[in-house]
Amino acid sequence: MDFGTFLVQCLNSVQYGLLLFLVASGLTLIFGIMGVINLAHGSFYMIGAYMAFALAPLFGDQFLLMLGAGVVLAAVFGYLLEWAFFSYLYQRDHLQQVLMTYGLILVFEELRSILVGNDVHGVKVPAWLDGSFALGNVMSYPWYRLFASAACIVLAAGLYWVVNRTRLGMMIRAGASNRDMVRGLGIDVKRLYRIVFAAGVALAALAGMIAAPMSSVYPNMGASVLIICFVLVVIGGIGSITGALLASLLVGFVDTFGKVFFADLAGIGIYLLMAIVLIWKPEGLMGRRP
Amino acid sequence: MTEATTSMRTTSLRLGAFAVPVACAIAIGVFGPLMGNYVSDFVVKVMILSIFALSLELLVGMTGLVSLGHAAFYGIGAYVTVLASGSEGGNLALLLPAAMGVAALYALFVGALSLRTRGVYFIMVTLAFAQMAFFVFHDTKVGGGSDGIYMYVRPAIGKLDMENRMVLFYVVLASLVFTYGLLALVRRSRFGAALAGIRVNEQRMRAAGFPVYGYKLAAFVLAGALAGLAGFLLASRDGVVNPELMAWHNSGEVLLMVILGGLGHLRGAVIGAVAFTLLKEIFSTHAVMGPLADHWQLTLGIAIIVFVALLPKGLIGLVKRLSPKEAA
Repeated sequence: MDFGTFLVQCLNSVQYGLLLFLVASGLTLIFGIMGVINLAHGSFYMIGAYMAFALAPLFGDQFLLMLGAGVVLAAVFGYLLEWAFFSYLYQRDHLQQVLMTYGLILVFEELRSILVGNDVHGVKVPAWLDGSFALGNVMSYPWYRLFASAACIVLAAGLYWVVNRTRLGMMIRAGASNRDMVRGLGIDVKRLYRIVFAAGVALAALAGMIAAPMSSVYPNMGASVLIICFVLVVIGGIGSITGALLASLLVGFVDTFGKVFFADLAGIGIYLLMAIVLIWKPEGLMGRRP
Repeated sequence: MTEATTSMRTTSLRLGAFAVPVACAIAIGVFGPLMGNYVSDFVVKVMILSIFALSLELLVGMTGLVSLGHAAFYGIGAYVTVLASGSEGGNLALLLPAAMGVAALYALFVGALSLRTRGVYFIMVTLAFAQMAFFVFHDTKVGGGSDGIYMYVRPAIGKLDMENRMVLFYVVLASLVFTYGLLALVRRSRFGAALAGIRVNEQRMRAAGFPVYGYKLAAFVLAGALAGLAGFLLASRDGVVNPELMAWHNSGEVLLMVILGGLGHLRGAVIGAVAFTLLKEIFSTHAVMGPLADHWQLTLGIAIIVFVALLPKGLIGLVKRLSPKEAA
């Protein structure tokens, strides 16, 4: 492998890792704060991708506008979903959460198949992001992928800022460690949860929209991303956003370079990584010991 | 109520608990030859799924370990059966232990690692390891890739040839009786009592000096081996395997069967397997559902949500709620 290819693969790894982080951070928010194990999180990613497929022709080159519209739609959807289903799941045990969200996946998948069918679709890269960035003769890299990485970095930084520096973030963190205390302080926990859930759904859908022009839109994309997210959470440690970021980048590298070196067995690379982390640190890289 | 009457009551209850399953097994055995092809095929399918569900009940109901990757062991049992049978067909007496053994080995590997975690982590880790098995068979040529592989000649030993529909029927029935009986014995054993203790209060069991990890691992491996048995039977019935067997939908479905029936009862797993398979059959039958039959996943999904919302204790819980005598 020459230096240019190596560099391209490194950029791909980071880009993939950041995208995974976007999905996983939504899952971490929902799980870490509300304690709901949400199998349907991958479906939100899938819904985002299909949303890009549906919205892209309407918005043409106004890609950013489309992302904005999609995020708003997804957040409203998440808000309603929390109101209709998830608000009933908090008091239930994990087993029932697993089942009910599993039922939701079936519903989402079938609705998708009814509405858009089971074909694989492509989403066009907007004209202003078409083409590649060239670094002399060493390498060239698609602008869109650079844009995707930049967007994920901005979002991750924004998320970090909201969680660690704002009043809302303070309530979120407090709610994660002690729900009753926060309620006791007179904060409307129900509303807080609804907002956090809507944000988690919006993040996953946004990741799906950003991924759509790169990875095409296909059935089952939700399930595959969900399972990778679980692996991330196990590697990073539950409830730790830093851990999720670290794990996302690690998984991005393992997966991307795995595909380069071991085409056939690339699928299991991240699971081996997970096994190693479990042997070494069962609570995850950044997780607290239970 | 005096102590004597209490114990009499529990003995009669226990007798009842045995009489019904035994009667069911005898009835199935007697009526087996009278069933048409469709019915006997359906009954065999349900019995195999019952074994699969029972093996998970050992983990979820008896030990309190929620595994979302149980289909891996089922699929591995099925794959080993096909891969090891060769073009002239394999020896049943070798294939069956091989299928169960390899499934148990993988369960040992997965259990040893995943049992270092607990709760939600455990759910995620078991799911992820099952997905790993799925990818090994899906992405490599070992088992024919995503298309799967066919078994040309079914396992046999002497006159006991699984190619024969009735032999298959009785082997599956015997396996179900074996699994049920084994797990009923486990429940009553010291080992079963320890598992129940772990389910209720793991901390206390550890403080009492029980090697909790070892007990849980033993339960995990046994559950894996029994799932491998179900996989062996499935491969012998269908004559074909594909990676979808290990897909996480399958793990979700078997978990649903266990809970649908009612956690903590062996009967529950069997009732759940029967109810779930019937439900799926009905939802995908055009005569009953009309055009909705094409979208049975939608109706099934909605049914699951409604079921979890309304019946947290499963069908057995429903029966108990309807008969005040037993609830008292």
